[in-house]
Amino acid sequence: MTAIVTPPAAVSGADRQTWWFAMSGAVLVGVMIAGLMIGPAGPTWWRVPLELLDRLPFVSVASGISDADWNIVWQIRAPRVVLAAVVGSTLSISGASYQGVFRNPLVDPYLLGVAAGAGLGATLVFALTSSRATVWFIDPLPVAAFVGALAAVFVTYSVGSLFGRDRSPIALVLAGVAVTALATAIQTFILQRNNDVIRQVYSWILGRLSSATWGDVRLVLPYAAASIVVMLLHRRLLDVMRVGDDEALALGVNVRRVRLTIVLAATLGSAAVVAVSGLIGFVGIIVPHVVRLLAGASYRRVLPLSVLLGGAFLVAADIPGRVLSDPAETPIGVVTAFIGAPFFLLLLRMRQNDR
Amino acid sequence: MSILGFCDLTVKYADVPAVVQFNDVVRAGEWLCLIGPNGAGKSTVLRAAAGLVGYEGSVAIDQLEIPATSARWRARHIAFVPQAPIIPPDMSVYDYVLLGRNPYIKQFARETAYDCAVVERVTNQLDLTSFARRMLGTLSGGELQRVIISRALAQEAPVLLLDEPTSALDIGHQQQALELVDRARREHGLTVVSAMHDLTLAGMYADRLVLMHQGVRVAAGSAKEVLKPATLAEFYGVSARVHHESDGTVVVIPQRVLPGSN
Repeated sequence: MTAIVTPPAAVSGADRQTWWFAMSGAVLVGVMIAGLMIGPAGPTWWRVPLELLDRLPFVSVASGISDADWNIVWQIRAPRVVLAAVVGSTLSISGASYQGVFRNPLVDPYLLGVAAGAGLGATLVFALTSSRATVWFIDPLPVAAFVGALAAVFVTYSVGSLFGRDRSPIALVLAGVAVTALATAIQTFILQRNNDVIRQVYSWILGRLSSATWGDVRLVLPYAAASIVVMLLHRRLLDVMRVGDDEALALGVNVRRVRLTIVLAATLGSAAVVAVSGLIGFVGIIVPHVVRLLAGASYRRVLPLSVLLGGAFLVAADIPGRVLSDPAETPIGVVTAFIGAPFFLLLLRMRQNDR
Repeated sequence: MSILGFCDLTVKYADVPAVVQFNDVVRAGEWLCLIGPNGAGKSTVLRAAAGLVGYEGSVAIDQLEIPATSARWRARHIAFVPQAPIIPPDMSVYDYVLLGRNPYIKQFARETAYDCAVVERVTNQLDLTSFARRMLGTLSGGELQRVIISRALAQEAPVLLLDEPTSALDIGHQQQALELVDRARREHGLTVVSAMHDLTLAGMYADRLVLMHQGVRVAAGSAKEVLKPATLAEFYGVSARVHHESDGTVVVIPQRVLPGSN
């Protein structure tokens, strides 16, 4: 069984790393193509890869897909697949980075209040727009969620660094807990007053990719890409920080600045994806751990592999939701936990048997 | 070869002074050992020199004051081994020693062939080559101490600070670790400052002892000059005998206070 998840014994060092990157990249591409092929309507599944090949330069293949069918693939499935990949990648690498800077394996990207802030912002929009038929120039929901998420983390950070005079990040984590509790309380209060929107808010909280458009992708991609790049640049420094703040400082790392930069990048990325996809739990905490179990704990591998496999995981988790429970779709957050939790437990078990 | 100078070093923790006006000059290639009871400020002097706590006064290397802001500059000149280093159990020995090269690697770059060569040289010197791929969590205490010292040596800093380097080791590994430091000191001309509790070992390895008490430097000199029963009784509150062996070793033996003998 382990042969599936471990490179050949003869392969080692840098080759091993290349092997993991290549495998994970292949998995991501494969899952994304599968995501384009599967859906309730549209062309026969095996024609899709042919059409994709046909669209490559210098390649000509007759796929026999009609323009209408291709529209289903390109305008409905493709944005959903790409958005799932972007959201999964961003949440996974943000989770891995948070776990690194706080040196705590239980941390997820929602630690400092991103989720609660976004939830509060979204709830406000649902509550305010439910009674009136207002015409908005842009959809206020992602904007409010994004602003709410950033505001919550801003409060956490200012309070946390006010009271945490030493370099310990514990004050920051506690401030995050407090801000989350406060935002959740306000959200609950608003919901009590507006019973009619509870169902909408609830379904938003569990996450959704079903209504994804290329517009959503364009909205989130710049933030996600920038935050992923910044985090990837810090992957070696995260390894140095594994020996603790004091030793990292003695080794010449400006610990405070690195932590602030990474937290800002992870927050920006996760706030952006939360704004378009709702709160998809589980990905940000489990994918990095799966990567650690498979390829080792060095952040130089964990971060890039989290991007590739996190994207692949969410695209894959989105597929059964489309075919099984059509038309009333299962929220993606439920699917990720439903597939992810048993898989993770199995992997944990297998690795323990190895030792 | 570098001189390490302390000038009026004062460290306060929330207005409570931990070190008061500490002055000393550690000669190039010298091994200075800080001794003193718990809470005397030994570790604080080391932590200040390593840039981990804020201080007043100055710490200088070759009469060049260390800039307070540049962690990288400091890390190229001073390597610090804390009393209880944090050991990520799933990090390989090679990767751990490579951390010592961080002050030379550009922030977002990767290590160069030279950095790898340094790591290989250091691990080779300390007989760790066969361990390179092992995970830190699988090592014994003595092996771990060798790995920690090699990380400090990979820093190629002229000054090495050791906080209680032998406190977790058995007598054999204590000797092995201190011999290792002494060999590195001779081979690379390192200036070493260590804090130690075992007075006999301190006297054996250090060129000079500095006794601290309540943040103040109260005595300094060779083992013979500092390790006297009266001095130890005054500052440690210990009743001890001091033997002078024929080879110059000073042995401190605590003495039982028998009931009724007072």
